Amino acid sequence: MLTRLLSGDMPRSGLLTVLLLGILVSLAFAPFLFPGTKSLETAAKICIFIVLVASYDLLLGYAGIVSFAHTMFFGIGAYGTALALSTTGPTYSSMIWGTAAGAIVAGIFALAIGLFSLRVKAIFFAMVTLAVASAFAVLMSQLSWLTGGEDGLNYGVPREFKPAFKLIDEKILDVRINGKLLLYYFVFFASAALFLIMLRIVNSPFGRTLKAVRDNAFRAEAIGYKVVWYRTTATVLSAVMAALAGSLLAIWLRYTGPATTLSMEIMIDILLMVVIGGMGTLYGAVVGATIFILAQTYLQNLMGLAETATSSIPIVSTLVAPERWLLWLGVLFILSVYFFPSGIVGRLREGRA
Amino acid sequence: MTKEHPILETEGLTIRFGGHVAVDQVSCAFDRGTLTAIVGPNGAGKTTYFNLISGQLRASGGTVILNGEEITRMSVPERTKRGIGRAFQLTSLFPTLNVRENVRLVAQAKASKGFDMLSMASRHVHLIERAEHVLNEVRLIDQADSVVSALPHGDQRKLEVALLIALGPQVLMFDEPTAGMSVDEVPVILELIRKLKNDMDRTILLVEHKMDVIRSLADRIIVLHNGALVADGDPAEVIALPVVQEAYLGKTPEAA
Ligand SMILES: Nc1ncnc2c1ncn2[C@@H]1O[C@H](COP(=O)(O)OP(=O)(O)O)[C@@H](O)[C@H]1O
Ligand SMILES: [Mg+2]
Repeated sequence: MLTRLLSGDMPRSGLLTVLLLGILVSLAFAPFLFPGTKSLETAAKICIFIVLVASYDLLLGYAGIVSFAHTMFFGIGAYGTALALSTTGPTYSSMIWGTAAGAIVAGIFALAIGLFSLRVKAIFFAMVTLAVASAFAVLMSQLSWLTGGEDGLNYGVPREFKPAFKLIDEKILDVRINGKLLLYYFVFFASAALFLIMLRIVNSPFGRTLKAVRDNAFRAEAIGYKVVWYRTTATVLSAVMAALAGSLLAIWLRYTGPATTLSMEIMIDILLMVVIGGMGTLYGAVVGATIFILAQTYLQNLMGLAETATSSIPIVSTLVAPERWLLWLGVLFILSVYFFPSGIVGRLREGRA
Repeated sequence: MTKEHPILETEGLTIRFGGHVAVDQVSCAFDRGTLTAIVGPNGAGKTTYFNLISGQLRASGGTVILNGEEITRMSVPERTKRGIGRAFQLTSLFPTLNVRENVRLVAQAKASKGFDMLSMASRHVHLIERAEHVLNEVRLIDQADSVVSALPHGDQRKLEVALLIALGPQVLMFDEPTAGMSVDEVPVILELIRKLKNDMDRTILLVEHKMDVIRSLADRIIVLHNGALVADGDPAEVIALPVVQEAYLGKTPEAA
């Protein structure tokens, strides 16, 4: 049963199992374990980014394709849902058609880019995705009558997902069972389902073929695989998954704008999360996204505390000032790549006796 | 009187790299169930001739015909699906995957399961069994779980051959299959090639330098020289030809 659910892809390392279970339990019970708005925001962001990073790993780690358009697909999904909710009202049917439209548009874009540029050199594909994604980001900020430009879109969600909605009057474990909580569980279960679907895909005959194509496209062709089609299909699947993650974000935030979906900064974050977690192991996306987002959110606070604690030691206190958090994130990144070239998951699996 | 048409045929097959003609007007037909040895000094165009047949290179002129169908302009996987398979002189494997998975991927390609994304690969037991059967035949079963990049060169050469055997196409093209293998492994591989021809009626093209191997396996020898076909016939006859004796056997017996 569990084997089937995980598609036979067990963690294969005691420490990794503990780590993954820890993350799963923390996210599953986040509203009760870590009460407070900020921690719930962080938990939801982690869920969504696990899907987003996993969908990127499908492309980079499994198919060996470098793309810079992943945030574009993320944004297409988010804007699809956002536009639907703001034009046809905060209903479930808006949510559904907007999400479906976003996913379909993302898939068609990916198909076009893939067929146009995956036949040729890998670097060409990377450049094309960079160009298309930049153009798309500019376009979205220019079409302000539709997209709200740089300000983005604010909109409502169905009543049951609003904080004001109360499912029951009593609190459970001192936590109000309101719309925000329901929405969190919607995000959590949708993310879990999407992750398990991707886990199935990478462990299917198709996923195995992607690894063959990544390893040696020349030989993959010689044994009968049409490499361009495998690469294109992987690109489309990855784009659709990213779009769905975008839709989840749009529903969760009730806001969609360039900064939350399309920015190059997010693209770089995704790359870092994949590399830190470990490429070509979907579990790497779980570990990478969790650690990265926790660091991004709490490193500043932690450093603030450290600064106060070390205020009497001149140089140290400057070094740990909250403004330097990006520097320390960079240091963390370099250290993790240096010590775990195959990512945290790769390292944990190698370490197994 | 009516003779079965050849399974594979090249007509005036030619490729030029700039001014250099690497394969020059080669016309040759191969009958089903035969083993043809292709000999010639290094740089004669043997590998290039193979590349034109299996599609890694496109011909500048001439045609390739498989089972009566022209395949000259088809892609590599299209030709593979139609029954042409190839083992490479320069080993070409899936280096980060293990030995079993390398062969399993071939079995999976053959079963056209590559686009199945809903089932678990590990549940397709027959593909795994097929892979292990072939690994057993080439005596690599003990290395089944080793990652290919960590394998000794000789074992990588065996795996190169194993991939083609697992594919089991109508036409098998071996490009110096035993080069780089340890001496005691060579007879195992040669016996497998013989079995493919005799028991399974497969058509085999074999580039090989060792004359004793050619004598014992080949039904026919063709000789390439500067890209052109210069001799074609019965092994004993061709080996006896002065041009062969002098050019390939007398002077470069160690060529590999
Ligand atoms: N892709 C290529 N570009 C340019 N020259 C090539 C290419 N492939 C082969 N050649 C040339 O074609 C000739 C035949 O090479 P090859 O077929 O490898 O010979 P053989 O296999 O008989 O040793 C050589 O002179 C080689 O340099
Ligand atoms: Mg050669």
